[in-house]
Amino acid sequence: MERIRDLASQKAVVIFTKSSCCMCHSIKALFYDLGASPAIHELDQDENGREMELALRGLGSNPTVPCVFIGGQFVGTTKAVITLHVDGTLKQMLINAKAIWF
Amino acid sequence: MAGAKIKIGAEDNNNRRSATSVMPSFFSQAPVSNPMGTEANGTQSSRLPDYGVLEQYMGFRVGDPSGISQSPRFTSAADGQLSGADLHSQAFNMTRPSTSTLFPGSQVIQFHKSLAPMPNIVSGSNAQHENWGDSNMADSSSRTDTSTDAEPGDKNLQFEMGQSAAVVISDSTDKSKERNQDQKTQRRLAQNREAARKSRLRKKAYVQQLENSRMKLTQLEQEVQRARQQGVYITSTADQSHTGSANGVLAFDAEYARWMEEQHRLINELRTAVNSHTNDVELRNIVNNAITHFNDVFRLKGNGAKADVFHILLGMWKTPAERCFLWIGGFRPSELLKLLVNQLEPLSEQQLTGIFNLQQSSHQAEDALSQGMDALQQSLGETLATGSSGAEGSSGNVANYMGQMAMAMGKLGTLEGFIRQADNLRQQTLQQMHRILTTKQSARALLLINDYFSRLRALSSLWLARPQES
Repeated sequence: MERIRDLASQKAVVIFTKSSCCMCHSIKALFYDLGASPAIHELDQDENGREMELALRGLGSNPTVPCVFIGGQFVGTTKAVITLHVDGTLKQMLINAKAIWF
Repeated sequence: MAGAKIKIGAEDNNNRRSATSVMPSFFSQAPVSNPMGTEANGTQSSRLPDYGVLEQYMGFRVGDPSGISQSPRFTSAADGQLSGADLHSQAFNMTRPSTSTLFPGSQVIQFHKSLAPMPNIVSGSNAQHENWGDSNMADSSSRTDTSTDAEPGDKNLQFEMGQSAAVVISDSTDKSKERNQDQKTQRRLAQNREAARKSRLRKKAYVQQLENSRMKLTQLEQEVQRARQQGVYITSTADQSHTGSANGVLAFDAEYARWMEEQHRLINELRTAVNSHTNDVELRNIVNNAITHFNDVFRLKGNGAKADVFHILLGMWKTPAERCFLWIGGFRPSELLKLLVNQLEPLSEQQLTGIFNLQQSSHQAEDALSQGMDALQQSLGETLATGSSGAEGSSGNVANYMGQMAMAMGKLGTLEGFIRQADNLRQQTLQQMHRILTTKQSARALLLINDYFSRLRALSSLWLARPQES
């Protein structure tokens, strides 16, 4: 959990993924398209991956990946991200976190 | 007994298939034949009727229908040349008490005298037939549909006895000729037995096949019945393993049909309300109902995707024209907005911006999801394309293959997630649109959407029904 919090606060946009996950690919593509430069952490490439995954599940992320943090705040998984994006909230969050400027 | 017909002879690979029906008339007309030929396979056409007569008689004497109808059992008797020896030997077969009547030596000798030097069968008097019939009963009646193992033994025994009997009885025959004839006879008997056995096995296999087909047929009929009750479509597979997903598909199609009906009702209500310029409050109610009704279809699709992801993904439940423009199992939200925006005027500045942003957001989300699908396809392709070098069939390769398949299966499982996210995008886009527009504009938008899709469906029907040049 600590590691998650630690990593999440290091950059404006932090996404936890797995290398084999194609939905993670979608979310990454979305943030790139928006102009943000998210920090990507692949859980299956991390030695503490299993614990981190459990921590994410504890935060309410289902499925555990992809899991997005903006400005250190837990945002959620794909469904949450898309919902927020459609009603414009996501963009505002990114601007607030200084991930994007417009 | 005069009325019965019996097919003589099993299939005989010596090409002496004597499957002729026997006419009762032969019985009385049976001539005494004196086949002097040494060759057992000589022309038999003249002789066959005789044997047939005997067959017939023996069948009748057996007394049970199965005996009559299964003259292939009388393999020995079917072989014209051999029957004589058989019958002859059976005169000495003690299995039946009634055969005692055979033993008056005078009769046997009589028989022999009327025969050719070789123990060939001859249609003689009724009395003689009777005796032979009796003796044959011992063999044939017990042989219906039973294993063939017993027969060769019996026959061999009879042959031995027959041979010894022949030696004992004959007085004027040339012994070497007789032995030669015996060998040929023996061979032919064996061949006949073999042919008959094969025929029986073939028949068994055929009957088994028929039984299986019959079961499959009743199974199919039941499925069709079930599908008709559900009233939607009939699955073409009777495979048990598909029943689960097939039922899920049937359930989805049925529920979707119901949803469409309800949708039509709501749209009609909306159209009436718009045309009659109903007050805003009431109109808003109707519009809200219609918008929330969309949630139902996304829920249905979610359940359907769990049952059969490809059914949903490929839009099998839609008309062909709709299917053509499908994006991840449904409509593309940004496209829909593009169609609507021009027809929803007048829109305020704020509204225009809102609609424009919505279009852009949905387009971005669509692109992201499409890229994810592409990545999935590529990943799946890589998984399946990884060939294994090395000897075929080695355990390492098998493990590789299974590992490959397991990984591929996992990737296919993510398809359901993509459909869910795509439907979520559609739902969110509709709701956002409803928030941006006024009640009247929303009502108009819903009517426009409905008209667009119903025209697309009509186009599909027209296209399918179009006259085609040959």
